[in-house]
Amino acid sequence: MPPHEVIERALEAADGPALIAFLTAGYPAADSFLDVLSQVEDAADAVEIGVPFTDPMADGVTIQRSSHAAIENGVSLRWILDRLAGRSTAPGSPPLLLMSYLNPLLTFGYDRLAARAREAGVSGFIVPDLPLEESAPFRACLEPEGLALVQLVTPATSAERLTELCGQSQGFVYAVTRTGITGGEVDLPTELTAYLRTVAEKSHVPVCAGFGVRSREQVQRIARHADGVVVGSALVEVLERGDSPGEFLTGLRP
Amino acid sequence: MSTNTATSSRAAGHARLLSDLVAGRLPDARGRFGPFGGCYVPETLMPAVHRLTEGVYRLLPDEAFQQRLNEELQDWVGRPTSLTRAAGLSARWGAEVWLKREDLTHTGAHKINNAIGQGLLARSIGAERIVAETGAGQHGVAAAAACARLGLPCVVYMGEVDVERQAPNVDRMHRLGATVVPVTSGDRTLRSAVNEAIRDWVTDPVGTHYLLGSAVGPHPYPYLVRELQSVIGREAKAQLTARAGMPDAVFACVGGGSNAIGLFHEFIGDEDVALVGVEAGGRGGALGENSATLSGGRPGVLHGAHSMLLYDDDGQIQETHSVSAGLDYPGVGPEHSLLQMIGRVDYVTASDEEALDAVAECCAAEGILPALESAHAIAGARRWAAENPGARILIGLSGRGDKDMPILRRFPVTSTGVEETAHAAS
Ligand SMILES: Cc1ncc(COP(=O)(O)O)c(C=O)c1O
Repeated sequence: MPPHEVIERALEAADGPALIAFLTAGYPAADSFLDVLSQVEDAADAVEIGVPFTDPMADGVTIQRSSHAAIENGVSLRWILDRLAGRSTAPGSPPLLLMSYLNPLLTFGYDRLAARAREAGVSGFIVPDLPLEESAPFRACLEPEGLALVQLVTPATSAERLTELCGQSQGFVYAVTRTGITGGEVDLPTELTAYLRTVAEKSHVPVCAGFGVRSREQVQRIARHADGVVVGSALVEVLERGDSPGEFLTGLRP
Repeated sequence: MSTNTATSSRAAGHARLLSDLVAGRLPDARGRFGPFGGCYVPETLMPAVHRLTEGVYRLLPDEAFQQRLNEELQDWVGRPTSLTRAAGLSARWGAEVWLKREDLTHTGAHKINNAIGQGLLARSIGAERIVAETGAGQHGVAAAAACARLGLPCVVYMGEVDVERQAPNVDRMHRLGATVVPVTSGDRTLRSAVNEAIRDWVTDPVGTHYLLGSAVGPHPYPYLVRELQSVIGREAKAQLTARAGMPDAVFACVGGGSNAIGLFHEFIGDEDVALVGVEAGGRGGALGENSATLSGGRPGVLHGAHSMLLYDDDGQIQETHSVSAGLDYPGVGPEHSLLQMIGRVDYVTASDEEALDAVAECCAAEGILPALESAHAIAGARRWAAENPGARILIGLSGRGDKDMPILRRFPVTSTGVEETAHAAS
């Protein structure tokens, strides 16, 4: 099965709403990365590993902070792929995606990236500063390995564009809950219901909603209209405090 | 392919790109200047970018819009600006030196040409609020003034480091009614201010217009800013040819590249005219010691565009240094990347020290206090003049130096020149 389908199957097979967990690689410490990752894997249905970048323009303060600290800790895309490639994973462990801004990917080199990522057990990519219109070269690089490029949609996306983005997305469709950056405690908008329903109608892969998700009550509300949720900044804050990521994630499940 | 065929087909490709540029075919429909440019923004911004693009291509050719813009440029900005024959510099350098005086515009730098143009455009496409970034504070002041004039609320993001080194401009922005938000994240200079302005824009893409201050960023900004700034070169060419003739060489400083593209654009097709962009050489050639993107960078993606960029082997953007806040930026506009690639413009550097010397020389010889940014262009021209005696040289004096007093105070004037004080070594 190509990796993008592995993501799709894993999210569909989740017991209740699928839980996608985001963590910044090597945060709070580089040497605990694989340990934190395996705790998160035990409690999530898929994991997004954040590749730190100096200029995360779509991220709020929490992920900016973790991103800068991770760079200070010596974390890079190369470092992440080396760590992942060097570990052994149990069969059936949740699929991994890399969330990265474009420049670290370009610098690594498209010619080597897909094969190296697949060897490291990565199934797909999320690239917040790569809109569909600019994505052809990157998709061409992922395709031979069957890796997913997840598309994001937002409440401001036009109907026509939504159809196009849903049609092109692989792994899942990332439905951003509101116009804004990651993090915050903003209430989920009330129009969310209609928006998520429209996305679900147009998508042939699971739809997972994220940005600002931090409580079980929110997960319950979203789960009525989407296949799953993405939890990012709230989990990074848990790691920051030194609390158990596994307990936090388990506590989010309805 | 043999090396010879490869070289000649590359040359043919470059010649084609130059003729496309001269014929007005660039940027293309995808916002590309050859391999550079494009629109690399988060999905949340796509509707705003589409609305802006539609507005730009509808309004810039519109006669009523142009008339309204020209009224503001004459009445309020103070255009056309003078072209000054620099007799003192000419005598010192053994050249014929002319200065295009953007320092004489309202608010004191070329930034106002763009700010008032984008302000008018923003209002026409229904924006209710403006956000802007600023480095030297000149663009922040220009945006604040334009917004006050047009009745739009304005928020300016400015790195904490720049808030300190360009303090006079922070007070001016406040007076003009803008909210100034000091940016404490990242490197706390221009690049972090751009990140914060984009984050603000992402939060309200429909109500807010991002008034970007240089020829950088996602399409359509590099095109829009060039069109609004090319009044500099149009005026300068008409003024200079009426009084003397075509220049042999044209110099401008390059941060993001807006005053440079504004001055160069009109001369791109005049292949006998040498065009030279001067970047900030800072304290030296090592990564992190300068802001010389075109001289020391490679292609990459930051702030919405594929262009030359300073970054390390992991793709992390490099911290930069320049004594001038307005040049202290790791990226550059995509059109400059193309102009460098095809060899139409030469990009050189001037160090902090050369720029400070140029400030002193321009004060002494012309009675003009130039901005530290503009002083880089003067320094580059001076070096070139030494190798090209008697040449006619046009220099873009992009702004005035009043804002730089907090920095210049660290370099007191002596009878022989400028001397760095002990505590300025930090
Ligand atoms: C006077 C002056 N010149 C030049 C610049 C550099 O910008 P650009 O390269 O876009 O002209 C600035 C930027 O703040 C400036 O204030």
